[in-house]
Amino acid sequence: MTRSIGLRALVLSLVILTIFLAAWHVAVSGGGGGGQTVDPEYAKLVGAAAATGGQTPMPGPIDVGRTIWKHLSDPFYVRGTNDMGIGIQLAYSLARVLLGFGIAVAVAVPLGFLIGMSPLVYRALDPFIQVMKPISPLAWMPLALYTIKDSSLSSIFVIFICSLWPMLINTAFGVASVRKDWLNVARTLEVGPVRKAFTVILPAAAPTILTGMRISVGIAWLVIVAAEMLVGGTGIGYFVWNQWNNLSLTDIITAILLIGLVGMVLDQILARLTRLVTYQE
Amino acid sequence: MASSYISIEGIARRFPAPEGGKTTIFEDLWFGMDRGEFVCVIGHSGCGKTTVLNILAGLDEPTEGAVIIDGKAIEGPSLDRAVIFQSHGLLPWRTVLGNVAYAVASKWRDWPKAKVEEHARKAIATVGLAGAEMKKPSQLSGGMKQRVGIARALSIEPKIMLMDEPFSALDALTRGTLQDEVRGLCRTTGQTVFMITHDVDEAIYLADKIVLMTNGPDARIAEIVVNPLPADRSRHDVHKHPAFYPVRNHIIDFLVTRSKSFAAELATPGKVWNRRSPPLVTPGAPDPTPPLARAV
Repeated sequence: MTRSIGLRALVLSLVILTIFLAAWHVAVSGGGGGGQTVDPEYAKLVGAAAATGGQTPMPGPIDVGRTIWKHLSDPFYVRGTNDMGIGIQLAYSLARVLLGFGIAVAVAVPLGFLIGMSPLVYRALDPFIQVMKPISPLAWMPLALYTIKDSSLSSIFVIFICSLWPMLINTAFGVASVRKDWLNVARTLEVGPVRKAFTVILPAAAPTILTGMRISVGIAWLVIVAAEMLVGGTGIGYFVWNQWNNLSLTDIITAILLIGLVGMVLDQILARLTRLVTYQE
Repeated sequence: MASSYISIEGIARRFPAPEGGKTTIFEDLWFGMDRGEFVCVIGHSGCGKTTVLNILAGLDEPTEGAVIIDGKAIEGPSLDRAVIFQSHGLLPWRTVLGNVAYAVASKWRDWPKAKVEEHARKAIATVGLAGAEMKKPSQLSGGMKQRVGIARALSIEPKIMLMDEPFSALDALTRGTLQDEVRGLCRTTGQTVFMITHDVDEAIYLADKIVLMTNGPDARIAEIVVNPLPADRSRHDVHKHPAFYPVRNHIIDFLVTRSKSFAAELATPGKVWNRRSPPLVTPGAPDPTPPLARAV
């Protein structure tokens, strides 16, 4: 039964996809492009659509498919600062996200432990966390650029600051809500504080901590696109903005799809890890 | 009292009340236990039984007074005192073996892993769970989980076992089997046990002495019932002993009425009661003096 429902869902997904692609194709091929002839030199310079004076037509699924194929068949070329393969751009973004996220893990988990274990620290830090949490991470960007004076490091900082809060809050919550019974078991066995932290509190709170990480990595991947649009240079966000300046909608749609796919993979990796540490009571 | 193995000396426990002031759970509690004795405490919820157990375990501290065990005052938890928790308290991410080995490795920190495991396996086999070592607690039934809890407590070879209603969450059949096993284990090893229960029959079957506590707040140890049943009693004929029903009735009388009205009972003229040595009573024994002049 489960297999058949999985199969039926797959068929339904494919049907929906087909309908969507067909509708898209029909919608964009309705208004045909102009048939004017222009000077090929001029057209090369400003783009065919601009040369004819018309708007860039919305690309259809076939155009996009062709562009995706073009990008995927050569993802890592470098032909200058503004012309690099989409694989390289994605790698830049991923590296920034992983670096910022990694630093955030290194800060949030120990700090979250401290907050979760001490009601005093929890109360003392709570107002700061409550104020910092709702700040859009991009609002930090000017301050980061001013103090760090490096656009790439600034975007890593922005990733760090946006990944920090969900992990910090989840770690503190997970640590604070470890069952009293388990702590009492450790106490009656005269387990020392360090051993208790690693053998009781960490495994007990691990599912909550990893859920925080999963939220964080999702947010980080959302924010990196916007951050790279702001600071420019490299990365998938910059690629999208650059293609917007080129009025290349097929490239933009390709990038959007790839951003979604990479985000899904990141999320799935953390979902897997969460499942590994989840225990059944 | 001073010669007792475990000596509870004038302990009190007060909590700050929500409306200010303090709630006294109990006050000036005195009680002694000998080595190898099996003592059950019976009383209604809220009388502070669990608090007494937690103080004995070192998980809680008395507001006043002290508990002396083997000549030394309790200062925090100790591996000499094993606790069997009502909710079994197993770590769900560890296997059965992992849970027991965790306790063994905590007691003998310099033991190599193989020795720890071997010792843990032995304890698991003692409670009849050989073969289930690699299971996670979530794969076990309630009775099996509690068995693992018992194996964990036994594995560290404690001087005293503290049990907080260990069988209350189990069905009657499993409870009976586990009672038999615990009684057998404790009798062969001469284990000193302090156990909290709500179950009168369980207390009569298991205990040498049954401590009757009045209702809280300000709970007291009203009296201590010395179990007149022979030591080699068995589950299937314990209720046929002539002393069984007198003991049972005495305890039920206490729980139903006297636990509430004990203060009034104390006020009756001629009643002698010393909180430092609560009276020992043996209902059903051929004793010339009646169990107590009933005040109700």
